[in-house]
Amino acid sequence: MEFTLKTFIFYGFALMTIASALVVVTVRNIVHAAFSLMVTLFGVAGLYVFLQADFLAATQVIVYVGGILVLILFGVMMTSGRLEMRIHIERGQLLLGGVVALALLMLLLTVIANTPVWKNLTDDGIELPPTTERIGELILNGPFLLPFEVVSVLLLVALIGATLISRKEVRDE
Amino acid sequence: MSDFRVMLASPNFNVSESFFPNINLQDGLNWAEEFIQNVVLPRLPEAVASHFPVELGTVLVMFGCAGIFVAVVPLLPLVLVLAERKVAARFQNRTGPMRVGPWGVLQTLADGVKLLFKEDYIPPQGDKFLFLLAPYVIFACSFAVFAAIPFGQNILVSDFNIGIFYIMAISSVIVMGVIMAGWSSNSKWSLLGSLRSAAQIVSYEIPLGLSILTVIMLVESLSMSEIVASQSNGVFSWLIFRTPFTFIAFFIFFISGIAEVNRTPFDLPEAESEIVAGFHTEYSGMRFALFFIAEYANMFAVSAIAVTLFLGGWEGALPGYDILGGLPGFVIKTSALVFLMMWLRWTLPRLRVDQLMNLCWKYFIPIAFFNILGTGIWGLIFPEDTLVSTGISCAIIYIGLITAYKIAGRTFAERPAPQPS
Repeated sequence: MEFTLKTFIFYGFALMTIASALVVVTVRNIVHAAFSLMVTLFGVAGLYVFLQADFLAATQVIVYVGGILVLILFGVMMTSGRLEMRIHIERGQLLLGGVVALALLMLLLTVIANTPVWKNLTDDGIELPPTTERIGELILNGPFLLPFEVVSVLLLVALIGATLISRKEVRDE
Repeated sequence: MSDFRVMLASPNFNVSESFFPNINLQDGLNWAEEFIQNVVLPRLPEAVASHFPVELGTVLVMFGCAGIFVAVVPLLPLVLVLAERKVAARFQNRTGPMRVGPWGVLQTLADGVKLLFKEDYIPPQGDKFLFLLAPYVIFACSFAVFAAIPFGQNILVSDFNIGIFYIMAISSVIVMGVIMAGWSSNSKWSLLGSLRSAAQIVSYEIPLGLSILTVIMLVESLSMSEIVASQSNGVFSWLIFRTPFTFIAFFIFFISGIAEVNRTPFDLPEAESEIVAGFHTEYSGMRFALFFIAEYANMFAVSAIAVTLFLGGWEGALPGYDILGGLPGFVIKTSALVFLMMWLRWTLPRLRVDQLMNLCWKYFIPIAFFNILGTGIWGLIFPEDTLVSTGISCAIIYIGLITAYKIAGRTFAERPAPQPS
């Protein structure tokens, strides 16, 4: 295999993702795990860029790092006084987790094996058009219009529900 | 170097063309490679050129540019910190720093050197690794934003397809650095400051993004250079005047931007009278300076993005003339917005937490949604940007401003004057 700059960067991102993901699941300190997850998400965003999915990469960072991870950290800092956690895992759970992980691995391997052409940045000369236009067409003018609208309504319901739960009770006097 | 001087004196001298010969920066990824191919290789002897490692050279050129960038951009805060102190001083009828250099212009430099030699204190009870890492996360993210800002016609590090979206993504990571700094300091002030900061930034990101969306709907592109290119027909083609809704969106963007960079009146995360200095209470020396530099770089970046999105970027105010155009025009417009931020800081008192959240969730977000709806309808009525649509838009903006002024005047006139005790 030809070893170019791009393959070097690719393996950099891959290593970054896998190593930090390992840290996430092995480290005791839950805040460390959260910050390590940040590195993992960045690595995945980098891999998306390699697949010419630039919009997806930025969305990954903005939603997961800027939104969800911040929420996780908020939750951790506001609720638990103890950060060092010993999580007891029972044998049944371990078995179940293993089965799920194995199934996921099989699924991914099947997808990888059945994909005929991987378009990525290492193929010099291939310049794919901006993905945003195609995503917009598919979501708002194509087959994914209904799912998109359903998800929008779902999010709206969740938002209103959250407001209802968190608001102060107004007592009748 | 005499030909250089002739070149500068000639009337049609263009900075970006002369300093970046033969490089088409619009090509995005491969500008460093093109620099090697077109500029370096022809100047080398043939024997060397044929064995020149282009790939390695590209990386070196990229690193070199990044190095220059990282070395030059901190000069910006150097100027801005002094400007802030001078502006603050004038607002309070003082003179500001006057001792170091003429009119005190070297004061920031002296302060920088002082910070460099100060003790680097690390709180022993804190989390050492994250404590050391946090300033770098914030610093790196603040400066990565500059990579997508077009300062002039060809003065742009990389022209992404998704330019403005990239900027939003990268700047949303700054929150992580803030939380990291606050938590690892193991201090109540720091933790409170960082949680306040995170809540504020996450909240104000929504109106910020929604007002950017109005611009994207009109331009139909996320690329920064295309956003600028759509505003090339003088001051009335600037997106702020294009529709009444973008006019409102500009103010929402700018005010949310001030909240994003934690400046007064939104400086609760660093409120001196309540929580010492917020998330960077425990930092000292150069690490503190990194936070400081990042803060002022962010301030400049927010202003620069506002200029690019709403005020024409580097395009001039009159078509065909170079008034307020090019790099100088861009810097003038951005500096004006930065001055506005300083003006607000030294004029307005700090908001309370509930006021801060009310402003965002009860006013800005509904107005921003209304803006998007309005921009969509406007786009249906006027699919092309014509003289008629701009005229109508400017008329609506004018009438709206007059009405707002009258209503505001009446509201404040009715308020009873404070009685002397």
